[in-house]
Amino acid sequence: MRIEEHPIISFKRGKIVSFFFNGQEYKGYEGETIAAALHAAGVKVLSRSHKLKRPRGFFCAIGNCSSCLMKVNGVYNVRTCVTPLQEGDVVEMQEGRGEILAQN
Amino acid sequence: MKSLRKTELAVIGGGPAGLSSAITAMRQGAEVTLIDRDPVLGGQLIKQTHMFFGSKDQFASIRGIDIPSELIKALEEGPGKVKVELGTTVIGYYDDGVILMEKDNRATTLLPQRIIVATGAAEKMLPFPGNDLPGVYGAGAVQTLMNVYGIKPGKRVLMVGAGNIGLIVSYQLLQAGVEVVAIIEAAPHIGGYLVHASKVRRAGVPIYTSCSIKEAFGRESVEGAVICRLDENWQPLPGTEKTLELDVICLAVGLSPLTELLWQAGCKHKYVPELGGYVPVRNEKMQTSIPYIYVAGDAAGVEEASSAMIEGKLAGLFAAASLGYDHDLESLAATYRKELEELRSGEAGSKIRQGLAKLIGGVSVAS
Repeated sequence: MRIEEHPIISFKRGKIVSFFFNGQEYKGYEGETIAAALHAAGVKVLSRSHKLKRPRGFFCAIGNCSSCLMKVNGVYNVRTCVTPLQEGDVVEMQEGRGEILAQN
Repeated sequence: MKSLRKTELAVIGGGPAGLSSAITAMRQGAEVTLIDRDPVLGGQLIKQTHMFFGSKDQFASIRGIDIPSELIKALEEGPGKVKVELGTTVIGYYDDGVILMEKDNRATTLLPQRIIVATGAAEKMLPFPGNDLPGVYGAGAVQTLMNVYGIKPGKRVLMVGAGNIGLIVSYQLLQAGVEVVAIIEAAPHIGGYLVHASKVRRAGVPIYTSCSIKEAFGRESVEGAVICRLDENWQPLPGTEKTLELDVICLAVGLSPLTELLWQAGCKHKYVPELGGYVPVRNEKMQTSIPYIYVAGDAAGVEEASSAMIEGKLAGLFAAASLGYDHDLESLAATYRKELEELRSGEAGSKIRQGLAKLIGGVSVAS
């Protein structure tokens, strides 16, 4: 899903890093957002609605809509569409609203 | 207790409007703090690969992605110094004028004498069954994926909305090697500029007017959409449904001003559909109903980056003047107003002119 050739833009990508999503290892570029890296890897479902458990994906990409809230390195409700990817990140789909007190 | 941090002018938002505000106020002599929640300045310009219209002062023929570096250069050139706080979200406004900010999970406060709110706008949603499925994106998100990160949003796209954003993003999808199945538009006419529409049509993308999306379907993400024709009352015409197989539905159905801080501060708002919904009431100095709060750009009414930059200059100019830095005020204001008037002239600007007439009571179309 990566764009390799573009008539106008030359993409300056960071170094390749490994991260984990639901226990599985993925590769992405350092500095791109976690949600972008997941999207490039073909992961479309980032969270589930609280009541009906309907799938939720990438939507606004500016940290505004809450569709991409995930658990990252133990912290719940991280806006993955504006959070840069770092080597070794452990990303998980969270259940419901997550636990605020677990964040310390 | 630590003493409260102070600044003469806080500009909230580092997009085209905020950057222009900060530069103008700094040049006039004000001490400015520019705050943005992103790690980089430029706002949504960083994903706009198309060339701008207007005149040289408005960066005509320059691509949006190349404008932030020009503005940042001007910001750094001085003569004054602008304090830039990035990765910092303004999350609250207090009655005594103090703003609350969050950075790296820590809260800080700042007491500005004047505030310019240039917080931009957010994508509008469209109600239809299945609109919550992964694969339904705002047009801005598609631009970010493609033009900032170099990632295709999917394989086959239905573009909803034939305004400038819908047309431009469709063309950008083609440039990225993604198929655009169709552009649909509920209105009977294409809303965007003819030059953009012709470009996508020449590339073989059909544009259907009086046409809307009835539903999106798919299990874990979008697998297709049903579109249908609309009658003259914008109601679905039975029997005209058509099912399309695709994995991306891109919504380009307009933007709403991001005005949370202005509401919280108690600024008066008015519902003006032509400007994107509820917009802050303000005068021709870009001053809201609370005299020390100014507004510029999409937060003041959804328009274009070109006009946002000029509104930013006006807000910066008048906010600085109210602090006593009123060098060349009248002539600069006249120049900026003339630029705005030119941008908003003609057929393309008629919606904005109507909206502004409702908002400012027809004081002046250029205000």
